[in-house]
Amino acid sequence: MADILLYRPHFVAFIILFLLGIYIMVVCLNLVKKLIGMYIMQTSIMLFFITLAVKEDSTIPIILPSVTALAPEAYANPLPHVLMLTAIVVGVSTLGVSLAMVIALYREYNTLEEDQILEKMK
Amino acid sequence: MIQPLDSVIVHTLTRVITPVIQLFALYVLIHGHDSPGGGFQAGTLFAASVILPIIAFGIQGSLSVLERRAIILGGIGILLFAGIGLLPLILGGEFLNYGKLPIPGMEASARRHWGILGIEIGVTITVAATAVSIYYSLRERGEGEEK
Amino acid sequence: MTLFDDYLLLLLAVVTALGAVFVRDLFSGVLTLAAYSFFLALLWAGLGAVDVAFTEAVVGAGLSTLFFLVALYLTSHQEEVRKQLPVRIMALGGLGILGFLLLFGSVDLPVVGDPKSLPSKHVSSHYLRKSLEETDTPNVVTAVLADYRGFDTLGETTVIFTAGIACWMLLRRRDDSAT
Repeated sequence: MADILLYRPHFVAFIILFLLGIYIMVVCLNLVKKLIGMYIMQTSIMLFFITLAVKEDSTIPIILPSVTALAPEAYANPLPHVLMLTAIVVGVSTLGVSLAMVIALYREYNTLEEDQILEKMK
Repeated sequence: MIQPLDSVIVHTLTRVITPVIQLFALYVLIHGHDSPGGGFQAGTLFAASVILPIIAFGIQGSLSVLERRAIILGGIGILLFAGIGLLPLILGGEFLNYGKLPIPGMEASARRHWGILGIEIGVTITVAATAVSIYYSLRERGEGEEK
Repeated sequence: MTLFDDYLLLLLAVVTALGAVFVRDLFSGVLTLAAYSFFLALLWAGLGAVDVAFTEAVVGAGLSTLFFLVALYLTSHQEEVRKQLPVRIMALGGLGILGFLLLFGSVDLPVVGDPKSLPSKHVSSHYLRKSLEETDTPNVVTAVLADYRGFDTLGETTVIFTAGIACWMLLRRRDDSAT
C-alpha cells in the first residue's frame, strides 16, 4: 500500500477527487453544489487518463520536421490527450444545459434546495 | 438584473483588450498545426471576446441581434465541417478522407493539412457561437422576468 | 518535471477541491473551483499534455466559471445547512468500500511514466511515427483530433451544438416563440 502512495500519487489523488465528487452529488441537496461535485468528478477522470499518457523523460507530442529517426518512447502518448480534450468541451456544454435547468427550476419554485423543490411539486 | 459596470478602467481596458483577444484567437486557430491550440480553444477565446463587452457595457451596448441568433451560426459551423467531410465522399474516397479533397497541385499530405485547417474553422465557429448562445440564454431568462 | 512538483500540484488540487466543496457561500465555492481548474491545468502542462492544459485553462477555468457565476447571480448563492446524518453515514460507508476497491485495483495499473505500458503500445505509436509524413502536421494531437479521429470530432461538435439548442429552448420566454 505504501508503494502506491509513493510511486503512483496521481492515482491516489484521482481516487480522492472521484470519491469527493460522488459524495457531494449524493449528500448535498443544493443543486449548484451537486454540479460542483459533478465537475470535480469529471476532472478527476481526466486526471486519470492524462496520467496514463505520461512517459518518463518524454516531451510534448509535437514533432519537429528536422527529426528523422523517430522513437515513440520520446513523446507523450497523444491519444488520451485527444479524448480528454473533447471531454472537457463536452463537459462545459453539459454544464451549460444543467445550469439552464437550474435557472428554470429556480424561476418556477424560487429555491435551489432539492427537498424543497420536491415539497413544492406535490 | 445584471447592471453594467460604471467604471472608466473597466471600459477602457475592455476596449483595448477585445481586439487583442480576437487576434490571439486567430493565431491559436491558424497555428494549431504547429503549436498547442486548435479549434476548441480558438472558439472559446472568440466567445470570450464577444462576452467581455456584454459584461462591461451591458446587454444594450452589444450587437444583440447577432448574438440572439448566434445558434444559427453554430449550425453553419457544423455544415462546414460535414461539407468538407462529404466532398471526398463524392469524389470517390471515404467520408472525412481529406487526401481526396479537390485541391490541385498538391501532395495528399498537404491536402490533409488544408483539410484539417478547414474543419478547425468549422469547429471554431460552432464552439464560439454555442458558448455565446448559452451565455445569452442563461442571462436573458433571468433578466426578462423582472422587466 | 520531478515527482516532487507533481506531489505539490496534486496536493494543491485536492486542497482547493475540498475548499470548493466545503465552503458555505456558493460564490466562493465557484471561484475556488476555478483555482482548482488552474492547478490541474498546470499539472497537465507539466505532464506533457499541453493541449489539454490549454483547453482546461480556457474552457474549464474560464467559461464554466462564467456560466456558474451567471447562474448563481440570477438565482441564490446561499446554501442551507441541515443535518441528515443517516444519508451521510450510508454514503461514507459505500464510498469507503468503493475507494478501497479502487485503491486495491490501482496496484495492477502501470507505474506512472512507464514507456512500455499498455496504453502507449498499440495505435498511438503509429500516430507518433506517421502523422508528420501522412498529414503534414507537426502537432500530433491536432492531427489525431481532426484527421485520424475526425468522425469523433464531428459527433462531438454536434453534441456541443445540441447543448446550445437545448439551453435556448429551455430558457426562451413565452412571448419569444412568435419571433
